[in-house]
Amino acid sequence: MAIVYVDNKPCEMNPEENLLHGCLSNGFKLPYFCWHPALGSVGACRQCAVTQFRDENDSHGKIVMSCMTPAAEGTRISIADPEAVAFRAGIIEGLMLNHPHDCPVCDEGGECHLQDMTVMTGHDYRHYEFEKRTFRNQNLGPLVNHEMNRCIQCYRCVRYYADYAGGNDLNAFALRDRVFFGRAEDGVLENEFSGNLVEICPTGVFTDKTLKQHYARKWDQQFAPSVCVHCALGCNTDAGERYGTLRRIVNRYNHEVNGYFLCDRGRFGYEFVNDERRFRQPLLKGQPASAASARRYLDEKIAQGRVIGIGSPRASLEANFSLRTLVGPDHFYSGMADHEGKLIRLMIEILRRGPVRTPTLGEIEKSDAVFILGEDLTNVAPRMALSVRQSVRQQPMEAVKKLKIPLWLDFGVRDAMQDAKGPLYIATLHGTRLDDVATATFHAAPDDLARLGFAVAHALDSSAPAVPQADDWPLANEIARALKGAKKPLVICGASCGSEAVIQAAANVAMAAHAALSFTAPECNSVGAALMGGKPLSAAFQAVRDGDADTVIILENDLYRRAPHAEMDSVLKAAPHVIVLDHLPNPTTEKAELILPAGTFAESDGTFISSEGRAQRFFQVCMPENEVLASWRWLKPDHWENLDDVLRATAEALPQLAAIRDAAPSSKFRIAGAKIPRSPHRESGRTAALVHINISEPKTPEDPDSALSFSMEGTPDQPPAALIPFFWSPSWNSIQAVNTYQKEVGGPLRGGDAGVRLFEPSPKNGQAYFSAIPAAFQPRENDWLLVPMYHIFGSDELSLQAPAIRELAVMPHVAINSDEFAEGMEVEVTLADGTFRLPVRIHREMPAGIAAVSVGSPPLLAVQVPGWGKIARAK
Amino acid sequence: MTANFDKPLTERMHPDGSVVSLRAYERAGGYQAIRKVLRTGMTPMAVTEAVKESNLRGRGGAGFQTGLKWSFVPRGKDVPDPTYLVVNGDEMEPGTFKDRFLMEQDPHQLIEGAMVAAFAIEADIAYIFLRGEYTLASERLAHAIAEAYERQYLGKNILGSGYSLELYLHLSGGRYICGDETGLLNALEGKRANPRSKPPFPPSVGLFGKPTIVNNVETICCVPHIINRGAPWFQGLGRTKDGGTKLFGVSGKVKHPGLWELPMGTTVREILEEHAGGMRDGVKFRGLLPGGASTDFIVEEHLDLAMDFASLGKAGSRMGTGTMIVLDDHTCPVGMTWNLTHFFARESCGFCTPCWSGLGWADRILKAMEEGRGKSGDLDKLEFQTKMWAPGHTFCALAPGAAEPVQSALKYFREDFERHIQEHRCPWS
Amino acid sequence: MLTAEEIREIETEAEHYPKRAAVCIDALKIVQRHRGWVSDESVRDIAEHLGMSTTDVDSIATFYNLIFRKPVGRHVVMVCDSVSCWIMGYERIRAHLRERLGIEHGQTTSDDRFTMLPIVCLGCCDHAPAMMVDGDLHSDLNPQKIDSALEKYK
Repeated sequence: MAIVYVDNKPCEMNPEENLLHGCLSNGFKLPYFCWHPALGSVGACRQCAVTQFRDENDSHGKIVMSCMTPAAEGTRISIADPEAVAFRAGIIEGLMLNHPHDCPVCDEGGECHLQDMTVMTGHDYRHYEFEKRTFRNQNLGPLVNHEMNRCIQCYRCVRYYADYAGGNDLNAFALRDRVFFGRAEDGVLENEFSGNLVEICPTGVFTDKTLKQHYARKWDQQFAPSVCVHCALGCNTDAGERYGTLRRIVNRYNHEVNGYFLCDRGRFGYEFVNDERRFRQPLLKGQPASAASARRYLDEKIAQGRVIGIGSPRASLEANFSLRTLVGPDHFYSGMADHEGKLIRLMIEILRRGPVRTPTLGEIEKSDAVFILGEDLTNVAPRMALSVRQSVRQQPMEAVKKLKIPLWLDFGVRDAMQDAKGPLYIATLHGTRLDDVATATFHAAPDDLARLGFAVAHALDSSAPAVPQADDWPLANEIARALKGAKKPLVICGASCGSEAVIQAAANVAMAAHAALSFTAPECNSVGAALMGGKPLSAAFQAVRDGDADTVIILENDLYRRAPHAEMDSVLKAAPHVIVLDHLPNPTTEKAELILPAGTFAESDGTFISSEGRAQRFFQVCMPENEVLASWRWLKPDHWENLDDVLRATAEALPQLAAIRDAAPSSKFRIAGAKIPRSPHRESGRTAALVHINISEPKTPEDPDSALSFSMEGTPDQPPAALIPFFWSPSWNSIQAVNTYQKEVGGPLRGGDAGVRLFEPSPKNGQAYFSAIPAAFQPRENDWLLVPMYHIFGSDELSLQAPAIRELAVMPHVAINSDEFAEGMEVEVTLADGTFRLPVRIHREMPAGIAAVSVGSPPLLAVQVPGWGKIARAK
Repeated sequence: MTANFDKPLTERMHPDGSVVSLRAYERAGGYQAIRKVLRTGMTPMAVTEAVKESNLRGRGGAGFQTGLKWSFVPRGKDVPDPTYLVVNGDEMEPGTFKDRFLMEQDPHQLIEGAMVAAFAIEADIAYIFLRGEYTLASERLAHAIAEAYERQYLGKNILGSGYSLELYLHLSGGRYICGDETGLLNALEGKRANPRSKPPFPPSVGLFGKPTIVNNVETICCVPHIINRGAPWFQGLGRTKDGGTKLFGVSGKVKHPGLWELPMGTTVREILEEHAGGMRDGVKFRGLLPGGASTDFIVEEHLDLAMDFASLGKAGSRMGTGTMIVLDDHTCPVGMTWNLTHFFARESCGFCTPCWSGLGWADRILKAMEEGRGKSGDLDKLEFQTKMWAPGHTFCALAPGAAEPVQSALKYFREDFERHIQEHRCPWS
Repeated sequence: MLTAEEIREIETEAEHYPKRAAVCIDALKIVQRHRGWVSDESVRDIAEHLGMSTTDVDSIATFYNLIFRKPVGRHVVMVCDSVSCWIMGYERIRAHLRERLGIEHGQTTSDDRFTMLPIVCLGCCDHAPAMMVDGDLHSDLNPQKIDSALEKYK
């Protein structure tokens, strides 16, 4: 660490960083705009000015930008120097010249970085008397709102969107004091990470359009730390609600997982929680019933015995375990389709046994050679795609370092790096949105993808099995060389191809290359559900068909997404009693005799295990309305009183899950005897919320399950990472307050980031290479091999219920490379499960004989893919 | 008093303004410098040393030592390929018209200079970045470049030496900030011409990330003569410690506005009174900007200062481009200041706050003042803004340049500003 | 659609650069030279030809003064409004043009003959005031010289 004198006070700073970073890490209130810990410094706004002195004798000094000055040993600066203070106030004055008097009507108000910095500089009087420049706003789609008059030209938006996220439909237009940030013309922002603009923009130019539909100020919301439910990566979020309506999702910083960014599905997919079709009370034989009568009915069925329970990979561990306890382990069934469960278990086994290690998303950014086998990351594990996009900068960084350019000097690094990219090889069936930064892509059927993987492993280590007839595969050799020459090689794979061989091939590569290995998984608790175990789902159906089950309890799972329509119809018809716990109507709930209204992530506490094997706890944002209850509370035995009891019982019964208790402090945790408030201390209207029902002030709801309170009252201190409902510090009302929670800005949260990793194998572990190498794919004359295709907007069950996501959802289609069909043509796809009518999209990069079909939204919810089928022009 | 001194830059030029052809250039001794460099086995470093020794300083306004700048370029086998030489022909500083003159009249001088400079820094590719409005210069340069290629002065294996150089002419899209060294590089890369922060410096990370030297047209034109006649000769041309000749110009209400090649260090007075003939009948001198729009006003008491890189510093000003803009007593200083500020405000690239915001504000204050709507407090606001625009406070030198005429006008013509405010009108209109 | 000639010219310039995107400004000027101005469609066509996004090309186009993103008349009159021309009589020149053409800066005559725009210093300061019409420099202006200069631009 270097010693830098700030107003004559010696402070420790990281000499590889700049002075702004150092000052903020030391807790100084130094205003800034254009710098961002994830984006580095460019020196545009000039807000972070400090006075720098040559030495102790220099009493005059000169103004420098702290973000552009290295925190070198012995540097002397002053933040309080009057000239610097006046200059910084002058900058705010310059920004406010054209800024509209929007605060009262601006969504950003109350969490606005511009507001905070204005107050911080002390500028408070408008001397400007001329006209302000104004703009026409654009409609950028249903997610991000555009209000250009508020722009302070800090350039953060385009740097994030284009440079960091790889988008090319947002840029700066014109110049001087009327730079316009937008698209060439109105239209939906194309990048899947556009939502981060609402946090990146320090003013109200880019704001959350979904929040606007039901707006509340940050200080008026009640928050809770949560975990995204829309894929398996487990990005940390904070969910904000008011008066029982979930208002929005914001990023909750986790250095190891999502860092500063979310994907658009995670940020904007929450609206299903507010859907008016939500079950708010039990429905018994189609009629609303009281909780008491519902419970009576449930108890009756349990007492009668011969009850089976089907769990879910989108329900929490606690919910799954409660069901398992209720029905007994012998009658508890996995909620995943058999084949999918097998793949997940295979992936878990590989990661648990080692020796390869699964990296964090943060570590993925630092990988310097990446091989993606069979995964369309942007659509399946979007946040990972964003990390991989950063990883291709790692190897070129070495050349930049030789030029002695500090890595935080963003444009200097980019100018030095030009278009150089580190090795990224993407082997998938069809093109992906990461292809623009790939060294090479390879498009083939799953078996051939597996063969490529096996060949790479063999090229790395001749003791790994060779691929017959593919001994010297140039691409395999090239990939092997790239992985071998890297310091932090990474292999990425997953269950998307539906192929065991692909997963095994990836494992072979990782072992041979001594690389890290990341697996993606379909749902937010796929890994947790797999670890919990349970009999195969097909066995549950068989039990029903055999007449061995009188009651089937289905937990948060639309089985029509797991098995063909006809099969589900017959199974559910055959089951005498069907009890379903879920949030929204779906084909399975249609068949239920009793529907129990299950709390969503916003109304429940629970634990998910991400595809990284990280156990993370999410907490309810508000007390659910009406009879909505966390699923585990519907199903638990009476003697479990709170979440801690469930966790204890889970850990005792399933030692492989014991560590989940450490994912967050227990309900007994206090800071100086006080709970952690879910609301900022300025929250208003809490006691008036029910005044229209009862004039007497209600008692604050109690939360027996966590250390959080449903109130603004509690400790003012910073909670541990797993319990942070919102980021706020004195003077920092905006998301920039995250700085004050980190030991070093941009680094881990103080006290460690949230979550507990379950898979940390010893690198000494040996594991034999997998050797079941499939034969090369052979196209068939009249049939097509149909493989699943996923869409970030469209394939995820819950987010698709959000109107904004539905608007963006890709129309389900068939992707194919064929001269037989034309773009847009309607075809009929015939599989074992039935015939489906879909439009065609021509993908010239795909191999012959194979087609990809959109899955996850009607009509193809649970197709048996991969599988052979026919495709014919529709009549 | 017309002393006898060498005028290497202009001696071949025709009084009628027609272009010096390739043959005329060669007959007058042109392309001898490049022959000397390539055929007598001079190394690139030796050429660099010669220019360093001559103390040639950049004539684009900044005055950095040319040879020293060239020595910053990394050399040797490990250097990333290619190295670039870029000639800055984006002359857009108001009041400046010297580079146009050189390019239109004697384009081969520039080409030869570029070749020698490119050789000195081991460049493989050279660009002439020419402002888009200089139509005649672009035609003549394009023609001259084609001629040079035909004579094999450019292209592969020049004069059988093994040295190859491609020279391309690029016409700018039109923006003052393209004249900034790093703004130019971004423009040449086909981007918005925002300047870059330094470090890293262009010799290290320049055009397309490669080692690059950017030099002004006039600077490059000096180079062949230094090689031909030696560094001491060049040094000796100047009257003060800066060597060489300089194109000095005068515009405004003088008898003979024009451009003259004179020894570096010629006094302001000599240029103004002897060459430009002094003020026109009926107007008196009030002040001048010595080197283009972005220099501080100087007044009567400063006229005996030398026009070189350092001397005008005594008057709080600088030589800049060496083309003077004269303010007479029938022209409103406030209007002139507004015109200058309006120019800078319009040309701001929009990257850094004090420039894009502050210049716009100052533009509007001065416009209002000139139109009789000035208010007390305006002068304080303007003065505060000029402090906001000081070097180091902004991202590049545009706003600090804009500060110079404003701060000096407020110093020397304050009563005129105050009259505008008090009388609610422009007393000159 | 870009014409074959436009493409040929763009590709000739493109050879001067190591990256395709670098010829963007040249491409915009080439298209403008052929058509007088750069329309939204031209921006799209150039973007497609260079493998860039429309947004990125327009971001560049809107930065530069000499690239017209709105239609112009058959001839573009650019009047220097920088300091030397201003001292030597720019206001009179502008007033005369306003009167003769009946338009302000940024406007086009109703017969589509002339568009008038301000331009920064043309490097003609010793022969101020000056203007540029279609790339031709006209200096030492007075009302009569302006009138006769404009004659030849039909």
